[in-house]
Amino acid sequence: MRGALAIFRKDMSIEWRTREGLSSVLVLGLLLLVVLTVAYDAPPEAAPALVPSVLWATFLFTGLLGVQRGFLLERENDCLSGLLVSPIDPAAIYLGKLAANVALLAVMQLVVVPLVGLFLHLDLMPVLPGLLVVLALGNLGFAALATLFAAISVRVRAREVMLPLLLLPLLVPLLIGTVSATRSVLAGGLTLASDALGVLACFDVIFAVAGWLLFAYVVRD
Amino acid sequence: MRRVFPAVTCVTMLAALYLIFMVVPTEQQMGIVQRIFYFHVSSAWMAFLGFFLVAGASAVYLWNGSRGADRLAEAAAEVGVLFCSLVLVTGPIWARPIWGVWWTWDPRLTMTVILWAIYASYLMLRAFGGEDEAVQRYAAVLGIIGVLDIPIIMVSVRLLRGMHPAVIARNEGGSGLVDPWMRIALVVSAVALILVGSWLMQLRVRASRLAEEMAALRRETEARQGEVA
Amino acid sequence: MTHFPYLFAAYAVVWLGLFGYLLRLGRRSRELEEELRDLRRQLGR
Repeated sequence: MRGALAIFRKDMSIEWRTREGLSSVLVLGLLLLVVLTVAYDAPPEAAPALVPSVLWATFLFTGLLGVQRGFLLERENDCLSGLLVSPIDPAAIYLGKLAANVALLAVMQLVVVPLVGLFLHLDLMPVLPGLLVVLALGNLGFAALATLFAAISVRVRAREVMLPLLLLPLLVPLLIGTVSATRSVLAGGLTLASDALGVLACFDVIFAVAGWLLFAYVVRD
Repeated sequence: MRRVFPAVTCVTMLAALYLIFMVVPTEQQMGIVQRIFYFHVSSAWMAFLGFFLVAGASAVYLWNGSRGADRLAEAAAEVGVLFCSLVLVTGPIWARPIWGVWWTWDPRLTMTVILWAIYASYLMLRAFGGEDEAVQRYAAVLGIIGVLDIPIIMVSVRLLRGMHPAVIARNEGGSGLVDPWMRIALVVSAVALILVGSWLMQLRVRASRLAEEMAALRRETEARQGEVA
Repeated sequence: MTHFPYLFAAYAVVWLGLFGYLLRLGRRSRELEEELRDLRRQLGR
């Protein structure tokens, strides 16, 4: 547990000093948002209906970039090997990395979500509590799988295409769940979204545990 | 054994074809296209079997590093994707005359496409990931994660706005198979396709064993030539 | 009104897929076996 915390703190302080990952993720999120809204070109009264799909499509593609960068950074100067010979359990490395990714994605959501509301003419304040639950569950599920597969993809050939190739099909149920839950929350509240929230909760628990158990096989040399 | 297995497979396959085209009565609502159903559903079962085999063999490989388990996982993934592709191609051919469209985002179709994509990406990882031994470990991790995804996919696709044409609902309940011969034909086709699938997997495993033997011999010759020079 | 072409197409695809894969596997195995024999002969000499 202390190891995980140390990894988390290390990643946060690197991020804080360079702000490289965060700023590129934020700008990319904004760009994707603009691209998607312009591509849909919806009339103002139809725009709010696009919120769930635009929000999660932006999240997915921006997140892919952000998570991959975190591991490319470790690969430079061979930091990952350094981590592995340190007396930290691989499972703790996974947890630390997972926490760092969740934090990065949360900051990204903090900026992207209000902009989605702004661009698509929807006041998100009244549904904020429910929306926060969906955002948190979506964030954790995405990070659980992305952390595991980013560690894989940076160590194989053809690594730029490998991460989306491996990750996107596995994430489709998460996408279906988050979009459906967001739609229900916007339509009336958390109670409507209970089925989708159940799917998301299962996804989060199963893959966080699977990642925690399997990470050792990925980083072992 | 090597002779017996293909022979049994051939006989079962011929029996299945005889049942499907000669014995089974033509379904009244859908007409003769309904006969696609027997191979369509059996292929889906074989594909599922292959995917679960990938996960099982991958777990064994991570557990004890057995070369055989790794070869089996790769063979099962390849054969699974082959049968999943057959499901995805025969499905629309059946859907077009019955529903009037080639494709709908019905829960079952969506699920099949996602599964196909997961295991196709598995094969891509093995093909383009590099020669490294670690790639086999990564593939095993993906094989296990993929099978864990299957139940979540099954539940999540029900959240989609389903548009079940009535035809599908009737088949799902099994009530579409009114004639006992229809059920017999389905079971025999399933056995036939599972036998074909197992035979193909066996051949695939043999091919990768040969390839490995060859790689080992190559290294040996190169080492010798190095000594001579 | 008969949908015979659809039925034919579906089974044709199944057979093409299965036999295509079988042929590919068979060819690869045969090539490997031959190459292996050659290599063994070279090594034995």
